[in-house]
Amino acid sequence: MKGNRIGNFCWRLALPAVLIAAWYYATEIRPMLHPTLLPSPLAVLRMFWKLLWNGELFVHIGASLLRIFYANLAALALGVPLGLAMGLFRPVERLLDGLLSIFRPIPPLAWVPLSILWLGIGTTSVVFITFLAAFFAIVINTIAGARAVDRLHMRAALSLGASRRRIMTHVVLPTVASYVFTGLRIAIGVSWMSIVAAELIAASSGLGYMITYYREALRTDAIIVGMLTIGVIGLAMDLATRRIEQWLMPWRTGYHLA
Amino acid sequence: MTAAGAKISVQGVAKTFQSAAGDAVSALGEVDLDIAPGEFVSIVGPSGCGKSTLLNVLAGFEEPSQGEALMDGRPIRGPGPERGVVFQEYALFPWLTVAGNVAFGPASRGIAADEVAARVRHYVAMVKLDGSERKYPHELSGGMRQRCALARCIANDPDVLLMDEPLAALDALTRLSLQDELLRIWSEASRERPKTVLYITHAIDEAIYLSDRVVVMSERPGRIRRVIEVPFARPRAPEIRTDPRFHALTDEIWLLLRREP
Ligand SMILES: Nc1ncnc2c1ncn2[C@@H]1O[C@H](COP(=O)(O)OP(=O)(O)O)[C@@H](O)[C@H]1O
Ligand SMILES: [Mg+2]
Repeated sequence: MKGNRIGNFCWRLALPAVLIAAWYYATEIRPMLHPTLLPSPLAVLRMFWKLLWNGELFVHIGASLLRIFYANLAALALGVPLGLAMGLFRPVERLLDGLLSIFRPIPPLAWVPLSILWLGIGTTSVVFITFLAAFFAIVINTIAGARAVDRLHMRAALSLGASRRRIMTHVVLPTVASYVFTGLRIAIGVSWMSIVAAELIAASSGLGYMITYYREALRTDAIIVGMLTIGVIGLAMDLATRRIEQWLMPWRTGYHLA
Repeated sequence: MTAAGAKISVQGVAKTFQSAAGDAVSALGEVDLDIAPGEFVSIVGPSGCGKSTLLNVLAGFEEPSQGEALMDGRPIRGPGPERGVVFQEYALFPWLTVAGNVAFGPASRGIAADEVAARVRHYVAMVKLDGSERKYPHELSGGMRQRCALARCIANDPDVLLMDEPLAALDALTRLSLQDELLRIWSEASRERPKTVLYITHAIDEAIYLSDRVVVMSERPGRIRRVIEVPFARPRAPEIRTDPRFHALTDEIWLLLRREP
């Protein structure tokens, strides 16, 4: 089993290793491109150290992460009650479904111009755009969760003497919770994508801003540092939410296996 | 025609469903049945004949289209803790451990926490799941899940147990051993107060082995074809399966089920 896992891990790393080798070859051993178009991996690594040691990278990572946090917090605070109300009560759903269906297909980035007009350039704008991305993922999943309450669980709870209130807290909520978590995982993914795009335009800090800043300075090595940082942090956040999910909802593994 | 003092009384109950296409599906014909306190009654019948529908009416999940179902002489209106249900699909709460599932009923009814804990210990031990209290349903085998569902139901101390093919999803060996377990648990739980059981199955031998009476139903819309008394004394032991009368009864029910309507 363990050997298998190590083999699995090596297998995953194989392609990135080949890519880096090719990159190294094409830039250091037989330079084919101008360093402004594609700097060598060593140059990127040097730039990474520099941005790490002068603290710049941390400032941008911190700014982006904080915005992600606020945006998802707001998305949860608004999306979960709204999704619950829509999933459980038909009239609420009829009232809101049309509105939601029209706004949902609008990419968060299409809000950038309005958001800059209304909220100016800065954290508020970026949080707003990121919030929109996260919000829909959470609402949609919460609605699905509220509808996914198993009729058998409902019947079992009723014939065990559970009150409506207890059914709400002990049957509906646990069912919804796992859907909300799935929603949150998707939300963190999409908000991470849209925050970088929003920061490209509407901010003066954050990883997205860092990338535009160095584009204007033609520092491709710093751009690549920014991009790879985004990839690595995105991956880490996804792994972390999975871990938290396993810890908070140990029964969920059953669903995956079944 | 209702026997005075019947625990459960089904009086002319019939059920018609509206199918998705809009036409009416008669699921259950008119059924009359009285079950005495502490009695164990099984229903066998072809699949789709309305057995689950009848049980759902008694559980209060469905309203009859016709007739009335009574418990202790009072009409059944909706589900209630005095009628425990055991489902074929177990219907355990996957987010609760074995102990959490067993505690659900007592805790729902506002019983004090230490009393709930004592009941959990008692009933978990009764179904021989001690040691697995902290496991989640997905970590249990099918047989253990059904034991847990049984404990959850009985821990709530219902007067009536409604069981819809509880052993149908299990393999043959587990089923045989759980039949004996079921009888033992039923008699242990009945010590303080008799527990009346309505048990649905499609296994004829299971119905005979467990019950005082076996109700044989016809094809959909199901009606009662005959009610058969089982002559074996309790407690029952596996030896009765080889008794010639056991085979005679099996054959009799088999023929009833096969007979054209
Ligand atoms: N909610 C429902 N809507 C429409 N038809 C139903 C519904 N429930 C059951 N039926 C139909 O009623 C008949 C009896 O069903 P059921 O009581 O589940 O049978 P059994 O448990 O004896 O196999 C079946 O033909 C089934 O398709
Ligand atoms: Mg059935």
